[in-house]
Amino acid sequence: MNAHTDPRLLTLAPGDNVSVLKATVAAGEDILIGGQSVHMPQTLGLGHKLAVAPIPAGEDVIKYAFPIGFAAQDIPLGAHVHIHNLTSRHTTVEIME
Amino acid sequence: MSQMTAWPRKDGRKGIRNVVVVAYLVECAHHVCKQIARPFEESDVQVIGFSGCFPSQYGQEMMEALCTHPNVGAVQLVSLGCENFKKTQLADAIRASGRPVNVITIQDSGGTAAAVAAGRDWVRQAQDQIAILPKVAMDVSELVIGTICGGSDATSGITGNPAAGIAFDQLVAAGATCIFEETGELIGCEHVMAARAAHPDLKPHIIEIVDKAAAYYAAMGYGSFANGNATGGLSTIEEKSLGAYAKSGQSPISGILRPAQQAATGGLYLLDVVPDGPPKFGFPNINDNAEIIELISCGAHAVVFVTGRGSVVGSAISPVLKVCANPETYARMAGDMDVNAGRILDGAASLQEVGSEIFDKLIALGAGARTASETLGHVEFVLTYKTATPAEPGCHPN
Repeated sequence: MNAHTDPRLLTLAPGDNVSVLKATVAAGEDILIGGQSVHMPQTLGLGHKLAVAPIPAGEDVIKYAFPIGFAAQDIPLGAHVHIHNLTSRHTTVEIME
Repeated sequence: MSQMTAWPRKDGRKGIRNVVVVAYLVECAHHVCKQIARPFEESDVQVIGFSGCFPSQYGQEMMEALCTHPNVGAVQLVSLGCENFKKTQLADAIRASGRPVNVITIQDSGGTAAAVAAGRDWVRQAQDQIAILPKVAMDVSELVIGTICGGSDATSGITGNPAAGIAFDQLVAAGATCIFEETGELIGCEHVMAARAAHPDLKPHIIEIVDKAAAYYAAMGYGSFANGNATGGLSTIEEKSLGAYAKSGQSPISGILRPAQQAATGGLYLLDVVPDGPPKFGFPNINDNAEIIELISCGAHAVVFVTGRGSVVGSAISPVLKVCANPETYARMAGDMDVNAGRILDGAASLQEVGSEIFDKLIALGAGARTASETLGHVEFVLTYKTATPAEPGCHPN
């Protein structure tokens, strides 16, 4: 990650395959990740994660240099990484509102 | 740095507050306690208690630890009369600690109105009695500080929690006692955490208590993960755990504490909040305030609370210093927050600067400053049933 990456993306440790949004990015915007332009299909808020490398199904998702679960499906570069495609190796998450 | 002054207690500890607690010994006495405390809301008279009628060793130990907490100056106990609580044992422990204590039994004192009147009279008198106690200087090394995160989001682990960890490192370096907790939110961190044990005997115990937490939550059917965590960008318990773990800073871990247990010396301690034995009474800690009060039961003079989504709570007995990790939340809820750690994300402050701000604001609490939640009147209190055996000797190398 370098000047070829949008300043709104924060990489927490070298080698992480996800980075964190420091600000909201709106649907329709293009965001630069390692020199590649990625179209944002939906608005994502502060704190949400984007894949900064393709992550094959079953591979660890790495943040803070630690695994935070595994890819439940193939995740392309630039995709939103969240509860729909990232599964815990510990307790599963059930969302209630 | 401001000079802390505090009320010296008979056991050698010092209090940064001089609270009168009005304590119910069963839910049936809760209303009477609220009525007793009502006229004194602005003058540090606070309601705590144990709601259950069935006996509980844990409940008894927690109430003894809380009623003899250094921030407590006097205690009004309120019993209905027929509940299973060892009120005489509790009153004796408070008396032996040098604090004024009074027991009102509603069934013996003529019912609600009479009990409320008697309670208010006693509280007035106790306030006069403890108001004249002289204060003495207090050193940073005499402080006990807890930390918790609640209403976490993805910013918590990036700004607020690491900044709280820096404050913890400064406190530990100055000889203070620091306590972090919620092993259910340290799942996935047990091996890196064990590597920080100050004593080799402690390592297997750290892994063991996190494994115990994982098994306990699995039996409950839910992990410690709420919908707001996901809205805020967190996807898994291990991701939340890594963020929560950052609150502990970098110091060696000196030991493991159980609820109501005091650390023997300064240093960094992990509080094991998960019950022992097979699951019996439900979730280990049903909400943030149940965790906060366990930190306080270990003697915490104040608790650092890091929030991303925006918690508003305070606590009875000890001030809760709110560190807001998320700049958007801070902009919406500044009145509830003491520290804006979100400005780290904006590049307006470094982690080190916010860590030092947290440290300085904790010291200021011992020099007369009040937290946002104290000023807003927050005095939440939650105490439920739990099975907690005393710590094994190996868990506490000091």
